[in-house]
Amino acid sequence: MNLDSFFTPKTMAVFGVSSKNFQHPANVIFLKNFHRYPVRVYGLNPKGGTFQGERIHSSPAEIPEKIDLAVIATRADFVPGIIQDCITHGAGAAAVISGGFKETGRDDLQDRIVAMAEEAKFPFIGPNCLGIYVPRTIDTFFLPIERMVKPDTGNVSFVSQSGGILVDQMIKFKNEHVGLAKAVSIGNKALLNEVDLLDYLITDPATRVIAFYIEGFGKGQGRKFVERAYGCGKPVVVMKSGKSPSGQRAVSSHTASMAGDQASFSAALSQTGIIEADNEFELVSYCEALSAYQRPIEGSIGVVTGSGGHGAVAVDACWNHGLSVPAIPEEEQTAFRNILSPSVQAIASLGNPIDLTGSATDDDFSNCTRALAESGKVDCIIVLLLPYLPGVTMDLGARLSNISRELKIPLIAYVPHEEKYRMLTEGFELNGVPVSPSIEGAVLMAQALRRNKPW
Amino acid sequence: MVEVEGKEGIQEILSRSAPRGWVLEPDAMRILMLAGLTVPRFIVAATPAETQDAARQIGYPLVAKVVSPDVLHKSEVHGVEVGIESEDRLLHTFERLSSIQGFTGMIVEEIVNGLELILGAQNDSQFGPMILLGIGGTSVEIYHDISLRMAPLEPRDVGQLADRLRGRKLLDGYRGSEPISREELTGNVLAFSRFIMDFHDSIQSVDINPLKCTAKSCTAVDARIMLVSNPTSS
Repeated sequence: MNLDSFFTPKTMAVFGVSSKNFQHPANVIFLKNFHRYPVRVYGLNPKGGTFQGERIHSSPAEIPEKIDLAVIATRADFVPGIIQDCITHGAGAAAVISGGFKETGRDDLQDRIVAMAEEAKFPFIGPNCLGIYVPRTIDTFFLPIERMVKPDTGNVSFVSQSGGILVDQMIKFKNEHVGLAKAVSIGNKALLNEVDLLDYLITDPATRVIAFYIEGFGKGQGRKFVERAYGCGKPVVVMKSGKSPSGQRAVSSHTASMAGDQASFSAALSQTGIIEADNEFELVSYCEALSAYQRPIEGSIGVVTGSGGHGAVAVDACWNHGLSVPAIPEEEQTAFRNILSPSVQAIASLGNPIDLTGSATDDDFSNCTRALAESGKVDCIIVLLLPYLPGVTMDLGARLSNISRELKIPLIAYVPHEEKYRMLTEGFELNGVPVSPSIEGAVLMAQALRRNKPW
Repeated sequence: MVEVEGKEGIQEILSRSAPRGWVLEPDAMRILMLAGLTVPRFIVAATPAETQDAARQIGYPLVAKVVSPDVLHKSEVHGVEVGIESEDRLLHTFERLSSIQGFTGMIVEEIVNGLELILGAQNDSQFGPMILLGIGGTSVEIYHDISLRMAPLEPRDVGQLADRLRGRKLLDGYRGSEPISREELTGNVLAFSRFIMDFHDSIQSVDINPLKCTAKSCTAVDARIMLVSNPTSS
């Protein structure tokens, strides 16, 4: 099935638009697309009427052109009939927003629409979902536009079983300046599931990182998913819930007890190079790092900072996350020392972590980062910046980013307050270097690059 | 793939065991043998005379284990006796085990020494057959030192499974003990992986605990094979 109609529709039909209830989900969806997105939108309701002066069509037959995407936000009972109408009129795809299917015990309704869609090879997403959000292109979320926090356009696509998690994750993406390519809420995943979306996103040129929130795979779907992800050329990040042991299930073998759902899930993911995030914080950090760097590293980290404490905390965090911070031998430190400004030369510690002290200047940070990158001792550098130091200017972000790009070594920056030091942060981010407001976050980013490969 | 003759033999035992939902130990050992794993020499004896005969063939010291369709967990009913060194003790053990519910016989088995590992398989509903390797023995669920991978496994996967264990130093030789044979370990685990891939439609889980490993061999000393209640294929 071709899924393009979901993501780049030219025409959209919104089923369920009311002439009386302006807060109806269908009205919200109609309105935001009508006003804000480059798509021709038609409202539908068998009762007809108008909404804000726009005609509500009583049947797809009244729509003068092919419907690329149908968005269905009616009562569940009406959905099978609408799906049939969509098929009859040659619509490209449907997002079934409506709830009231398997999740409420109406398996019959869900089975009916699946059977119809399968027979007609008609792709639909949901039911019981928010549907699709593509920045500047389409938005089927029934959330008033002014209430949403919308991430910038970028290269991370996120697929979620839960609509709520998806919307919140978009807020976190926005906070951390993670750019979004496509967001999809798959709800009951009656027809299209994680594997279908993964397949689509693997071939999607706008997507370079694929992230999922998964509550559980259908029977046998987990294996399909990891087999597709394995070696697909794009980092895949998965956050899973439902990890707490149910424990009550009687198991009669040690293996069954120890290779439980979660242990098997984690093992299958890691052996196929999928990066499992344990929580939202990890998910955002991983996506941010992989959005910048898709090439895996071995995990030898260079740490450059202006504070011994920061260096020590970072080294501990690296150790915790399975990253090494290789020492630079005494005899090789001379080369580093010679390039530092005179006031720093005598007091800096250069063994890695490299502590340039509070007297360090932009030049010290730049020269040292370059020397460390050129030393071949590390395959990733974390710079812990203290932008309040007098010798550090807001230009340093762009300067260090250029070194990272020139020497092709991934660089990750820690800036303690991204808003106050906005220009510094942008100097990094707009030049492709991820920034974290916590040391732990910066180290998690490096960890993501190391985990971006099968074991 | 398991050899054709072996496959037929395994299929026959699995079909015969299906109504019970699990495979009796002597049958489980036969299955592993047919699948190409190393198992200890053993004889099933149903009478004292057969027991004595078995002991003569295998030689002391011995292990004796109860065979009973009513007993899934032998140690819970004290159904295992290790280190039997005399005929007296052997006959005494036979008498004791024969009073266990459902007794149909006693396994008389050679003693195998070595580092105790656990080798297991679980048919996961989302990911299909998974293989587990861990530090084995009776306290396996306390230490929980295991690593897991989706089957089928390749030779390098076995090394990685072993290297991921916290107790890997035990495998590499610790405090004067010889390192275990990684080659033997790999051979047995790969044979196990092939077996699981061939029969995962009928198998829910397998515990080989312990798999006893030395510098020369890896031997499946005890096996429990649980079958799926509704096999998906014939």
